[in-house]
Amino acid sequence: MSILEVNGVSIRYMTGDFKDIGLKEYVLRKLRGKYRVTEFWADKDITFSLEKGDMLGIIGSNGAGKSTLLKAVSGIMEPTTGWVKREGTIAALLELGSGFDGDLTVRENTYLRGAMLGYTRKFMKEMYDQIIDFAELKDFEDRPFKQLSSGMKSRLAFSIASLVRPDILILDEVLSVGDGAFRKKSEAKMREIITGGATTILVSHSIAQVRQMCNKILWLHKGQQVEFGDDVQGICDRYQAFLDKK
Amino acid sequence: MKTTLFQHQFLFEELVKRDFKKKYKRTVLGMAWSVLSPLLTLLVMRLVFTQFFGRSVEHYTTYLFCGNLVFSYFNEATSQGMTSLMSNAGIFTKVNVPKYMFLLSKNVQTLINFGLTLCVFFLFCLLDNITFTWKFVCLLYPTACLVLFNLGVGLVLSALYVFFRDVQYLWSVFVQLLMYMSAIFYSIDGYSPTVQNLFLLNPVYLFIRYFRKIVIEATVPSLWFHLLMAAYVIIVLGVGCRMYKKYNTKFLYYV
Repeated sequence: MSILEVNGVSIRYMTGDFKDIGLKEYVLRKLRGKYRVTEFWADKDITFSLEKGDMLGIIGSNGAGKSTLLKAVSGIMEPTTGWVKREGTIAALLELGSGFDGDLTVRENTYLRGAMLGYTRKFMKEMYDQIIDFAELKDFEDRPFKQLSSGMKSRLAFSIASLVRPDILILDEVLSVGDGAFRKKSEAKMREIITGGATTILVSHSIAQVRQMCNKILWLHKGQQVEFGDDVQGICDRYQAFLDKK
Repeated sequence: MKTTLFQHQFLFEELVKRDFKKKYKRTVLGMAWSVLSPLLTLLVMRLVFTQFFGRSVEHYTTYLFCGNLVFSYFNEATSQGMTSLMSNAGIFTKVNVPKYMFLLSKNVQTLINFGLTLCVFFLFCLLDNITFTWKFVCLLYPTACLVLFNLGVGLVLSALYVFFRDVQYLWSVFVQLLMYMSAIFYSIDGYSPTVQNLFLLNPVYLFIRYFRKIVIEATVPSLWFHLLMAAYVIIVLGVGCRMYKKYNTKFLYYV
């Protein structure tokens, strides 16, 4: 019984005329029959499935459709064709630093982010001190968020997110956060979550990291699925060779 | 919808809190502004229009206040509701949350403002020698309708706003026009019955009229007046919900 099944998922972005043209242009172009939209397939026919406890690494160069695929897996986007079947709860940590409100204080942002991730108020109250301690932001609790350095921001984001205990965990480039000391701490925390039995999807540009941590690999290139399988070393070798050739 | 609202109750509360804090950030008077600003508008209108219309209308201050009360709530809720979805794009493109929550939280905020102004309104009624009757209870009906109506308009506008930013400018002009058409500072008694009936096409006027009927004339409007109001609410809310349903997964591509 797979915990996550992605079957023939394709995602189409529409680009071209419909964006940024405003109402007048829209009406005019519609009337003249000059309204053009071009399709852009961010992902084409992706199929894979994961069992409980699997750790999938998604690799591929920029623009391969990794982030878009994750949006479909987490339910933020509907696939244009194909379907995604999930068993259990899912938490996606996509681009950690964004989505905070610069005008609110660190404390308020922490609660807001916790709420977004689906925690309960009770849980957040219990965990709040732990989060702040882990992020090492004790002295900044009541400062406006925009006054933090970018390293501090991502530390806070990671600390909140690392409390999730979902059945499926999606990590988009979140393992490399903060300075050296914090990075060590965060990697240890991440391992703890993963060994806790969650099925994890990891997007990373670090092949070494993927080799070390994952037991399945999905290689995407320009929206196409190049390879999927549990031959981690083999696929990584071929991907490395592909990169070297460029 | 009820179950998902319950699931996201915590998020909803935090969003309301955030909207509140951001609104009154760096203002000395804070929430007092939500009462003060309609009062100041009232004062200006009272000073300007008393010369033109005040003599022929009884309880002119209350008459004006009814119009202002309803209209400023309508204006605030819809104008702010319009940008609610767009300004939270950073959230709903990253986390899977119901998108109407952003509009709802904005509406909670404007509703509280409306409530505060309503208290001041009753205070003014007292000063203006209005007798309070049991009929004041009927005000719950137009208030509930107005809340839903504003929500409906907010749904439509915020969805449109994602696709066309022009809506912002068009709406501010439209609101201006609507204000002059809502008989806020003048009376329509002087017009022919046909023209008076045309005013019923304006939902905002309907709400204002209801308030005036109860407060100044101490009469409950007819049944069909109630039904017409309900019809407007249902239409607008229906269109808004359908738009959100239809475009729920498409908003993402436009932000």
